[in-house]
Amino acid sequence: MKTIEELMAIRENAKKKMTVREDTGDEATRIVVGMATCGIAAGARPVLNAFVDEIAKRDLKGVTVSQTGCIGMCQYEPIVEVLEPGKEKVTYVKMTAEKAVKVVNDHIVNGNPIVDFTVGAATK
Amino acid sequence: MYRSHVLVCGGTGCTSSNSLAIIDALESEIAKKGLQEEVKVVRTGCFGLCALGPIMIVYPEGSFYSQVKVEDVPEIVEEHLLKGRLVKRLLYDETVTMEDVKSLQETDFYKKQHRVALRNCGVIDPENIEEYIAFDGYMALAKCLKELTPAEVIQIVKDSGLRGRGGGGFPTGLKWSFTAANEADQKYVVCNADEGDPGAFMDRSVLEGDPHCIVEAMTICGYATGATEGYVYVRAEYPIAVKRLKIAIKQAREYGLLGKNIFDSGFDFDLHVRLGAGAFVCGEETALMTSIEGNRGEPRPRPPYPAVKGLFRKPTTENNVETFANIPQIILKGADWFASMGTEKSKGTKVFALGGKIKNTGLVEIPMGTTLREIIEEIGGGIPNGKKFKAAQTGGPSGGCIPASLMDTPIDYDNLTAIGCMMGSGGLIVMDEDNCMVDIAKFFLNFTVDESCGKCTPCRVGTKRLLEMLDKITAGKATMEDLDKLEDLCNYIKANSLCGLGQTAPNPVLATLKFFREEYVAHIQDKKCPAGVCKALMTYSIEADKCRGCTACARKCPAGAIEGKVKEVHTINTDKCIKCGVCLETCKFGAVVKK
Repeated sequence: MKTIEELMAIRENAKKKMTVREDTGDEATRIVVGMATCGIAAGARPVLNAFVDEIAKRDLKGVTVSQTGCIGMCQYEPIVEVLEPGKEKVTYVKMTAEKAVKVVNDHIVNGNPIVDFTVGAATK
Repeated sequence: MYRSHVLVCGGTGCTSSNSLAIIDALESEIAKKGLQEEVKVVRTGCFGLCALGPIMIVYPEGSFYSQVKVEDVPEIVEEHLLKGRLVKRLLYDETVTMEDVKSLQETDFYKKQHRVALRNCGVIDPENIEEYIAFDGYMALAKCLKELTPAEVIQIVKDSGLRGRGGGGFPTGLKWSFTAANEADQKYVVCNADEGDPGAFMDRSVLEGDPHCIVEAMTICGYATGATEGYVYVRAEYPIAVKRLKIAIKQAREYGLLGKNIFDSGFDFDLHVRLGAGAFVCGEETALMTSIEGNRGEPRPRPPYPAVKGLFRKPTTENNVETFANIPQIILKGADWFASMGTEKSKGTKVFALGGKIKNTGLVEIPMGTTLREIIEEIGGGIPNGKKFKAAQTGGPSGGCIPASLMDTPIDYDNLTAIGCMMGSGGLIVMDEDNCMVDIAKFFLNFTVDESCGKCTPCRVGTKRLLEMLDKITAGKATMEDLDKLEDLCNYIKANSLCGLGQTAPNPVLATLKFFREEYVAHIQDKKCPAGVCKALMTYSIEADKCRGCTACARKCPAGAIEGKVKEVHTINTDKCIKCGVCLETCKFGAVVKK
C-alpha cells in the first residue's frame, strides 16, 4: 500500500458489497417482491435477482430490495411493489427479469412509473 | 451481488452455544434451496447481548433472531430467505411491537449504548480485511503517515483525554510522549490482551470482533513513539481471538499495511503475537514484558518505567486492547469529538462485561458518566426473579463494590476512586440479596492467593493470611479483634507489595468492609450469615407443625441425617447434616427451614 487513493479504492469497492447491511431508515425507496409459493411458482426469483443485480450495476444508493408474502392476487404474480417515501405506492404485476430492468431504468432512476406494467392496466 | 446478508455471531459466547453448527446448517440449507448466489452468510464478532445467544441478524430487513437453534435453520431459510416472511417466534421480544418490528438500536439494551471501541463488533466479518476497510479501516493510519508528524499524533491523543482502559486510567497521550522522548536504537509497542479478571471479556470481544483495529492502532502508536516492532500478549485461553488476530496480521502484511515502508512513508512496523499461559500476574505490565522475553512471568520494580526500560530493556509503550481500540476513531474524528463524550476528567466511553445476577448478561459500551442504575435497570434489564439489588463488583480481584445506596454515582475513574472502588478493566458483576459479601471477598482472595506469583512476601504470605482470616469469619470462629487485624493486614499488603496484583489484592475485602461491615459483624457476633450462604453458620431444621411425615426428605437426604417414621414428625440430626439443602428443595409443605 503506497497511497491513500489505493486504500480509498479498496474501501469504495468493499462498501458496494456491503450496502445491503446499511440502515437506510425511512428515506429509502423499497422494492418489494412477492415471494410466496404463488410468486415463486410464477417466476419471482429471477425478478428479484434482476432487481438486485441492476441496482448494484448502476450503484444506486438508498434503494432496498426485499421480499414479502402473498398479497392475494395470485393470478397476477410475480407482483412487485415500489414504495417511495412521500409518493403513492406503485404495484407492478406479471413481472419478468426484463421488465424489472426497465422498471429500474424508467421508474427508479428517471421517476416515471411504467403504467403498462401496473395492476391498474392489467385489470382494465 | 448478494441480495441478503445473514450475520451470525461467532464470538466465544455464541460459539459455545453452537453458532458454528448454525452457520454450517445455514450454508447447506441455502445451497439446498439454490440461494447460494443470493444470500451470503457472514460470521461476525460479539453483538453484546450474550444472554440471548446464538444471535443472527438478517439484512436488508435487519431482523434480529435470538437463541437460534440448528433445528430452526430450515425454517429461517424457507420462510425468511426464500419467501420473505419473518420468523416471528425467534425475533428478539423487545423488537416486536403490535404493529411493527423495531430496529435493534431502539431496544433498551442498545439505545443508551454508544459504541466506539466495539463499533465493528457484530457488524463486520473480522476475518476479512476489506470489510474493515469499508468502515474506514486503516484510514487513520494513512492520515497519520501522510499528513501528521509523530508529535501531532501524540498531541491529538493527549487532547482527546483518553485514559488507560485496563483499569489504571493513566492518560494515554502522556504515556506515548514519555516513550517518544527517549532516544533508543529500538523501541516497542505492546498490547496487553492478558485479560484475567474473572467475568471480564471486553478485550476478548474486541479481538474477536475487530482485530484489525488493534493492528492499526498499534501501528499508529509505533509511528507516534518511534517504535518499529509490536507484540500482542494474549491469553492462550482465547483461541478464537488468537486465530483472528493472526489472520488480521497476515492480511495486513499482504496489503502492505504492516511491514516495510508503509504508505511510502519510510516507516516500518511489524507485529508479533505472544501467548500467555494463563497467569493473572502477567496482566501486570512489567510481568507481561518479562514473560514476552521468555522468562518466568514475575513483575520488576518500577522505576525504571517501561517508557525508559521496558521490553528487552528498551523504551516501550504498553496499552490495553480497549485503549488501542479507541485510537483510530480519535485520529479520524478528532480529539474534540472524543472529548465531547464522558465527564470532565474521564472522556469517551467504557466497555463493561455485565455478569452475575442480571437479565441481559453481555457486553455493553456506555459513555463515561452513565450511572450504575442506568446500566443495571435499563440496559441490563434488572435483576431476575424479583430479587433486590445489593451491590455491583467492579474491577474483579483488584476492585471493590458499589452498594445499592450509591447506584446513582456517575461512573468514571475519579468518582469510583472517591467511593473506594475502582473502574478496573470493565468486569461488572451484579449481586443480589442472596449473595454474602464476606463470601464474595473470600472468593476473590482465593483467586489472588492462587495467582500471587510469590516474588514478594507481603503478597505471597499476606494474601494467604487474609484468606485464613476470612475463612475463620465465615466459619463463625472469629472475634471482633480479628476484624481489626484483618483491616490492618489489608493496609499493610497494599502499602508493601511489589506490583499491582498485591497492591490491589485486599481491595475486595476493604470495600466490602466499608459498605457491608454489619455483615462481617453478624458473622462474628451473631454467628449468622444474613444471606444464608456460609454453610458453617446455617442449620436446617423441620417445623413440627408443618411436617406431614411423608418421608420424602429422609429418602433424599444423602447423609442419612433425617430421622422419623411415616406420618410422624421428622427431625434433622445436625451432627450428620452436610447442609446440602436437598431436603429444603424436596419438601412440598415448606416444613424445612434454613436459618
